[in-house]
Amino acid sequence: MKINDRRIVTLDRASILADATRELAMPSRRLFGKRMLTLGGLAMLTGCSITDHDSVNTFLTAVSRLNDRVQALLFDPARLAPTYTEAQITRPFPFNAYYGIDDVPHVDAGDYRLKVSGVVEGQRIWTLPELYALPHAEQITRHICVEGWSAIGRWGGTPFSEFLRRVGADTSAKYVGFRCADDYYESIDMPTALHPQTLLTFEYDGERLPAKYGYPMKLRMPTKLGYKNPKHIVEIFVTNKYPGGYWVDQGYNWFGGS
Amino acid sequence: MATTLDPPRDTLHKSPVHPLWLRITHWLNALAALVMMFSGWRIYDASPVFAQIVIPPSITLGGWLGGALQWHFAAMWLLVFNGLVYLALNIASGRLTRKFFPLSPRAVVRDLIAALTGKLSHADLRDYNAVQKLAYLVVLLDLVVLVLSGLAIWKSVQFPLLRELMGGYDNARVVHFCAMAVMAAFVVVHVAMVALVPRSLLAMLRGR
Repeated sequence: MKINDRRIVTLDRASILADATRELAMPSRRLFGKRMLTLGGLAMLTGCSITDHDSVNTFLTAVSRLNDRVQALLFDPARLAPTYTEAQITRPFPFNAYYGIDDVPHVDAGDYRLKVSGVVEGQRIWTLPELYALPHAEQITRHICVEGWSAIGRWGGTPFSEFLRRVGADTSAKYVGFRCADDYYESIDMPTALHPQTLLTFEYDGERLPAKYGYPMKLRMPTKLGYKNPKHIVEIFVTNKYPGGYWVDQGYNWFGGS
Repeated sequence: MATTLDPPRDTLHKSPVHPLWLRITHWLNALAALVMMFSGWRIYDASPVFAQIVIPPSITLGGWLGGALQWHFAAMWLLVFNGLVYLALNIASGRLTRKFFPLSPRAVVRDLIAALTGKLSHADLRDYNAVQKLAYLVVLLDLVVLVLSGLAIWKSVQFPLLRELMGGYDNARVVHFCAMAVMAAFVVVHVAMVALVPRSLLAMLRGR
């Protein structure tokens, strides 16, 4: 064993020597290595983030679009998000928006009209009493925020697929877009719009949807991240032209599926 | 020219220490894993799992949550596909069994003591010592856990089995974070070991 060890050590020394000889014979390569290190060091010293480069952003956006398609493939229209019991509801349910709670928009019930536009054939203007009279459904599901946190809440409203059929929407269209009273805007894919758990909600935890949770209505999709669920909706449009979204246009992934 | 310079080594080492496919997959994996980690730290900071643990934004990648998510969900493809190529070639070539097994707890303890007392031989980089074998196998499994827990977080509705395996959505984040910590610890030790045996870096770069 001892002898064996010594033999390896001897051979090792020889190979180190050979390595060193070879390195010495190639000064240009060493110089290149040094320059590469210097270049890397300089790039870091400039304090200029790699994220700022246009080519990098173009690439990352292209991958994000690819991820939209992958998620559309992974999305199973029949797969239901888990549901929970009343005891599991997160209390208080967190308020979340791109503005503070003091800036929540005030929507007047009497004046309110929901506009439906785009490739639809039926009723284009809806009052709140008309919407409240639609078939009722409830769900207790998990809201997952893009930031990572999650909270369980209880929403009540009408199945969105049912509503789309009622307004004579062309369900072969690609997108459903939303414009909101808080200047938020968002859009979703048609398969998610038709998912059985996608609800146009007017209630939270058995009460009329409060302003902080999106009065008069929020589109609730437990199959998508929080930012995909628009609140204070004033217009719904069905389209084949990609509408984008408030956060999506800043870099969040468009599909935003869960 | 080269053969005349080092004849003893050429007779002993006919094949490279690391085959080309291994060196390529190693460096692609290093790139993907580091991008995942640095961007993941920024995502983590948006809503820390452990309130006391916040990663300094200056050492994260992406600039803001949206940017970090773009990096994270781009590098994941490299991590996964490169990892699959590595595993497939490793298993098919028989390298996995040849290099990592047999591995016994006794051998690990023996080599750990040898390493700590400075008596461990690194003469032939071809032979992994028991501690090395264990470390590489642990980080390999850890990467699998990272990918699976990441999938459970990303697609918690579409992959119910994975979600339940991770103990639910919230717990999947805890698993993901802990697996990241294991990987970070591996990276620190791995780089320290390479600094102690610089020849191993050359072997991973040029095969010899």
